[in-house]
Amino acid sequence: MSWTRKILRVNLTKGSCTSEALNMDWAKEYLGQRGLASKYLTEEVDPKCDPLSAENKMIMATGPLTGTMASTAGRYSVITKGPLTGAIACSNSGGYFGAELKFAGWDMIIFEGKSDKPVYLNIQDDKAELCDGSHIWGKSAWETDDILHATYQDPQMRIACIGRTAEAGCLYAGVINDKHRAAGRSGVGTVMASKNLKAVTVRGTQGIGNIDNADSFFESTDAGKAVLAENAVTGQGLPAFGTQVLMNVINGVGGLPAHNMRDVGFAGAENISAEAMAEPRKSDGKPNLTTNAACFGCTIACGRISTIDKTHFSVKDKPQYHGASGGLEYEAAWALGADTGIDDLDALTYVNFLCNEDGFDPITFGSTVAAAMEMFEDGAITTEDTGGIELKFGSVEAFVAVTELLVTGEGFGKDLGLGSKRLCEKYGRPELSMTVKGQEFPAYDPRGIQGIGLNYATSNRGACHLRGYTIASEILGIPVKTEQTDTDGKPELVKAFQDATAVVDSAGLCIFTTFAWGMDNIAPQIDAACEGDWSVDNCLEVGERIWNMERLFNQAAGFTANDDKLHKRLLEEAIKSGPTEGQVNRLGEMLPKYYEIRGWSPEGEPTAETRQRLSL
Amino acid sequence: MQHIIIGAGPAGVVAAETLRKADPEANITIIGDEPEPPYSRMAIPYYLINNIEESGSYLRDPKTHYSDQNIELVQQTVDKVDVTAKQVTLADGSSRSYDMLLIATGSRPISPPIPGLDLPQVSSCWTLADARAIIERAQSGSNVVLIGAGFIGCIILEALVRRGVNLSVVEMGNRMVPRMLDENAGGLLKRWCVDKGIDVHTSCSVDAISAADNDQVDVSLSDGSKLSAALVISATGVKPNTELLDGTGIEIDQGIKVNRRMQTSNADVYAAGDVAQGIDFSTGNYEVQAIQPTATDHGRIAALNMAGQGSEHQGTLNMNVLDTLGLVSCSFGLWMGVDGGEQAELYNADEFQYINLQFEGDHLIGASSVGKTQHIGVLRGLIESKVHLGDWKARLMKDPTLTMDAYIACTQELGYS
Amino acid sequence: MQKSLNIDPGKCTGCLQCEMACSYEHTGTFNPSRSYIKVFTFHYEGRFAPYTCTQCDEAWCQRACPVDAISVDMMTGAKVISDDKCVGCKVCTIACPFGTVNYSQATGKVVKCDLCGGDPQCAAACPTDAITYVDADWTGYDKMMASASKSLPSAEVTA
Repeated sequence: MSWTRKILRVNLTKGSCTSEALNMDWAKEYLGQRGLASKYLTEEVDPKCDPLSAENKMIMATGPLTGTMASTAGRYSVITKGPLTGAIACSNSGGYFGAELKFAGWDMIIFEGKSDKPVYLNIQDDKAELCDGSHIWGKSAWETDDILHATYQDPQMRIACIGRTAEAGCLYAGVINDKHRAAGRSGVGTVMASKNLKAVTVRGTQGIGNIDNADSFFESTDAGKAVLAENAVTGQGLPAFGTQVLMNVINGVGGLPAHNMRDVGFAGAENISAEAMAEPRKSDGKPNLTTNAACFGCTIACGRISTIDKTHFSVKDKPQYHGASGGLEYEAAWALGADTGIDDLDALTYVNFLCNEDGFDPITFGSTVAAAMEMFEDGAITTEDTGGIELKFGSVEAFVAVTELLVTGEGFGKDLGLGSKRLCEKYGRPELSMTVKGQEFPAYDPRGIQGIGLNYATSNRGACHLRGYTIASEILGIPVKTEQTDTDGKPELVKAFQDATAVVDSAGLCIFTTFAWGMDNIAPQIDAACEGDWSVDNCLEVGERIWNMERLFNQAAGFTANDDKLHKRLLEEAIKSGPTEGQVNRLGEMLPKYYEIRGWSPEGEPTAETRQRLSL
Repeated sequence: MQHIIIGAGPAGVVAAETLRKADPEANITIIGDEPEPPYSRMAIPYYLINNIEESGSYLRDPKTHYSDQNIELVQQTVDKVDVTAKQVTLADGSSRSYDMLLIATGSRPISPPIPGLDLPQVSSCWTLADARAIIERAQSGSNVVLIGAGFIGCIILEALVRRGVNLSVVEMGNRMVPRMLDENAGGLLKRWCVDKGIDVHTSCSVDAISAADNDQVDVSLSDGSKLSAALVISATGVKPNTELLDGTGIEIDQGIKVNRRMQTSNADVYAAGDVAQGIDFSTGNYEVQAIQPTATDHGRIAALNMAGQGSEHQGTLNMNVLDTLGLVSCSFGLWMGVDGGEQAELYNADEFQYINLQFEGDHLIGASSVGKTQHIGVLRGLIESKVHLGDWKARLMKDPTLTMDAYIACTQELGYS
Repeated sequence: MQKSLNIDPGKCTGCLQCEMACSYEHTGTFNPSRSYIKVFTFHYEGRFAPYTCTQCDEAWCQRACPVDAISVDMMTGAKVISDDKCVGCKVCTIACPFGTVNYSQATGKVVKCDLCGGDPQCAAACPTDAITYVDADWTGYDKMMASASKSLPSAEVTA
C-alpha cells in the first residue's frame, strides 16, 4: 500500500481538524502528492475563485513512496490555486517535513477556509490541533522554527512555515520547511498567509510498515540506488557541484540568459558557478561551499550548504548569517546573479539565505528585480520610486537593499512583491516582464534551447523548468541527445518529460533521479510499494492524466491557448553573440504539433476523446 | 582467601562477581537474610502490576549463576560481627571467619512517628514480602493512602493505579519527589497525577492512623482532611542498616564511613551500597546515596580493593529516573544548581515538557527533565566528563534540548576539512 | 577479529537511510523515531554526525541493569537487551553516559544498537560510507572510544 489512507482536513474557519479516509479510487488514478492532491483540489475548489480568498484551499501532500527507503523519497508538495498566476500551483519540497508527516500517519493535509487570527497546526501522530500563533506572526521562518522547537522541546519535530514576505503579501512567497528547503514557486506561501496559517509542526512516530511487496521493494530500490550511484550526473556531478554544475555548462552552450533576458551569456558566470563555490575565497581563505547535504532518503545529496565571509558587507555585524545554511542552487544563482548582472557570490548567498529565512522564490524575485533594473535604466522607474536606490544592473548594494525591503514589504519592496508581470504593468512597460502565465522564466534561454521554450509556454503552473526538464536531453544527452536549436521532435520530447515528471512528482520522489532513472527504474519501485497496477505504461498514463487534469483546471479558470505563449523578446530578438547567435525561439513550429500529440484541439483544449481516454 | 559479603542486593552481588573475576581461587560467600534469591528492588513495581513473575526481579539466574561462579549463597541473618576475631556469627549460632569482609546490608524504610503506623493495614514497600502484602490488600476499588511522594512512592504509583485502587498521596514537601525534582518538575508531576485521578496532598503530613470498621483505617491529615483506607503504604525514606557494626569501633556517621577504596576505619572491613557513606562526584563530600547505580559502583570498587587491586573511587553521580504513570522524569548531579552558577531552562506546562540545565563556568554540573526519554544518559556523560562546553554553553543556554548535540560536538571529530 | 562500526561524520549527508534501515530491521517499519542510530544535524556548522552505541568495554548499561537483561553477544561483542528480562526501569538509560540506550514508549522496554547480529543494516544502507563495519583494531573508532573514556573518568581509576 504505502499510502497511510488517511487525510487530515483542517477547516481554518471553524478551527476543526478531522480525519477522513483517502479516496483509494482516486489514488489508483492519480497516485499521490501532486496528482492526487490536484484531483482533490479540482474537485473541491472553484477554478475561478480568488486564490487569496477563503474559498481557495491549500493541500500539503506526500506521495506513496514518501518516507520509505527508496532513494529521494522524502518529498511533499503544496497544491493550491496560485496567486502569482491564477493557475493551479504545485510546489515540491524536500528536507524532512514530508516524511515526518507520513510517519505521523497522514497522506495529506487539506486546509480550507480562513482563520480569523494567526494559528499554527500542531500534529503529533494522530493528534492534530490548531494553536494560537499570534506570538509567531511577524517572525521570520527561521525564528518561527526556533520558537516552535523550543515550545515543544523536541529537536526531532519538523516544521513547515511561512516567513514575513508571505505575511506582507508578496505574491511569490513560498513555504519553508526544515529552515532551508522550500515549496518555493507560484506563491503557495502567500496562500498560506492569506489563511492566517503560520506554520505546521509535525512529529510522527508511527512509521510506514505497509509496503505491498517488501522483497521486490528492496530489490527495485536497491537497484535504483545502484543506478544513481553509477551515473556520472547523480553519482558524481550533483553531489560534488550540485545543480550549480550547470552554470558554466549552460553559459558555454549559449543558453544562459542575462540582464532580464536582454542578453544571452553572462561574463560573470564563472564567478558564481559551482567551481567558484568550491574555491577558497581570497578574503578569508574559506570556500563558499561548506558541504553537500541530502534531503530525507536521498542518496544523491545535491544540496548546497554554504557559509558567507563574515566580513562581507552584506552580513557584517549580523551573526545570524555567519553560520552555514542552504546555499545557491543553479536557478537561484542565475536569477539572483546572471539576470541582475551581479557576480558577487557572497552577496548572492546572503540574498539566498534571506529567501530561506523569510520564504520567497529566488527565481521570481531575481527576475522581478531584473525587470525593475531594466525599467530603471530605461527611466520607467526612478529613484523616487525606489526610495533613492540606484537600481542598476550589476549593482550589488542596490540589490541587497531592495531584498531587505522586500522581506518586510516596505517601500519599493511592496512593488517588488508583485512579481514582474504586475510590476511592469504598474510602471507601463508590460513587455519587459519575462513570464508565462504570470510566472517568471528559470535559467535556460528558450532561444538557445528550443524544447525548453515549448515546455515553458505550456507549463501548467507558468514558466517552469520543473514541469518538463528537456535540458536533460537537449544539453546533457539524457536519455538521448537532441539538438538544442532544433524544433523537430521537441513536442514529443516535451510531452514525454511532462508526463513522466508528473509521475515522479506524485510518487514522493525527486525529479533529479531522472538524470539516471527512466520510468523502467521508477515504476517497479512504485509497483512494489503500492497495491494496484503500476506498470510503466500505467504510470505514464497516470502522468498524462495528471497533466490533462491540471490543464482542464486552468481552462476552467479562464486560461486559453493565448496563454501558451512566449515573450516577444524570445520570439523576435535574436541572440546577439555566442554559440547560439542569431537564434530566436520557434514556438510556432512546435505548439500545433504539441497540441495534436496531446490530443488537444487546435485551440489547446483536451478533446472529448482525450478526456474519455484518460477518464477525465 | 575467604571473602564474606553481608547483604545480597546489587552491591553484594556485583562485589562477589568482581571478586571472582579478580581472584579465581578465593572463597566467596554472600550472606543474605531474605528468603528469596538475590533480587532487585527496582523490579518490584513491575511485579506489582504482574508485568513480571517474581523470578523476573532476580538479579541473576539463581539456578546457575552463583554455582557457575562458585559463589556461596547463605540465607541467614548475621547477628554479630567480631572484627578482632575476624568472624561473623549467624542467627543459627554458627560462625564464619573472614579475611576480608564487605558490609552491603543496604537500608530499610524509616518509620515516621505517626500513631497507628503499626496497624496491620499499614505496610512499607521495600521487600518482596512487602509487595506480596500490598498485592493482597490493594484490590480494585479499595482506598489506598500512600505516605510519601518520594522516589519509592512514585515508582509504585503506577502499580497501584493499574490495580484499580482509589489512591491518595500525602507528601510533606511542597511538591512531588522534592529530593529529586525541582519545583517546576515536581509541580508537573503533581498535576499529571491529579489529571489521572489521584488525590495528591502536598505540604501535608499524616497526623494519625486509627482502626475503623470493616478492616479499614482512618487517616487524619494535617490539612484537616480525613481519609478512609484499606491499605496505607509508608514510603517516607530509608536509613542505612548500620547496626551490625555497633560496638565494633568502626566509624559510623549517617552511614558507614569509608575512604575512596570503600574501606571502613577497619582495614579488613569494607562497605558498599546504601549502607556506605561514599564519596559524591558532584560535591566531593561523603554522603549516603541510596541508588542502584551507586550500589553497583561501590560493590565493584570495594571488591577490587578486597582482592588487592588498588582502585580509587572518584565519586558517584547522584542520578535518578522515574516513570510516573507514563511521565518520565530524571535528575542528575547538582540539579538544584550552585551559588554563582547559571541555568538554562525550558518549561512547557501544557505539554508536560521540562528541561533544566545547571552550569558552573562552562561545565554542566546538574540537570533535570520531564517528558524526555531519548539520550538522557548524555546528561551524565556531560557532567561526569566535565566537558568544556566552549561555544556550546551559549547554545545550550538558548536551547537546552541540544545536550546530545553538544556532547557530540565537544567530544567527536565532526569531519572538518 | 571482532568488527565495529566506524563512523566518519565528514562523509555523512544527513539522508537518514541508516535510520530507516535500522528501524526496518528492528521494527519492520520505516520509522526514524525508533532507530537505534541517530543522525545529529549541526546546521550552523553544516555538519551531520551519525551516532550510536560504541559497545564500550565499560558497559555502563549492563552494569546498571538490575535484572540482568543486558548481555554481551559473544560473536559481535554487542551489548544486547533481552526483551524478556527488561522490565523497563530505565536505569540503564541514565547510566549510559553516551546517551545511546533509550526507552521506547512503544514497547515499554529499552532499546540500543545490537549490531544486527553482525550485519549492521545502517552500514549496509549508508550511500557514502560514512558508516562502515570494519575490523575493530583499525577503526578510528578506537580513537573515539579512547577519547570518550578519557573524557569520561569511569567511577574509579586504577591506582
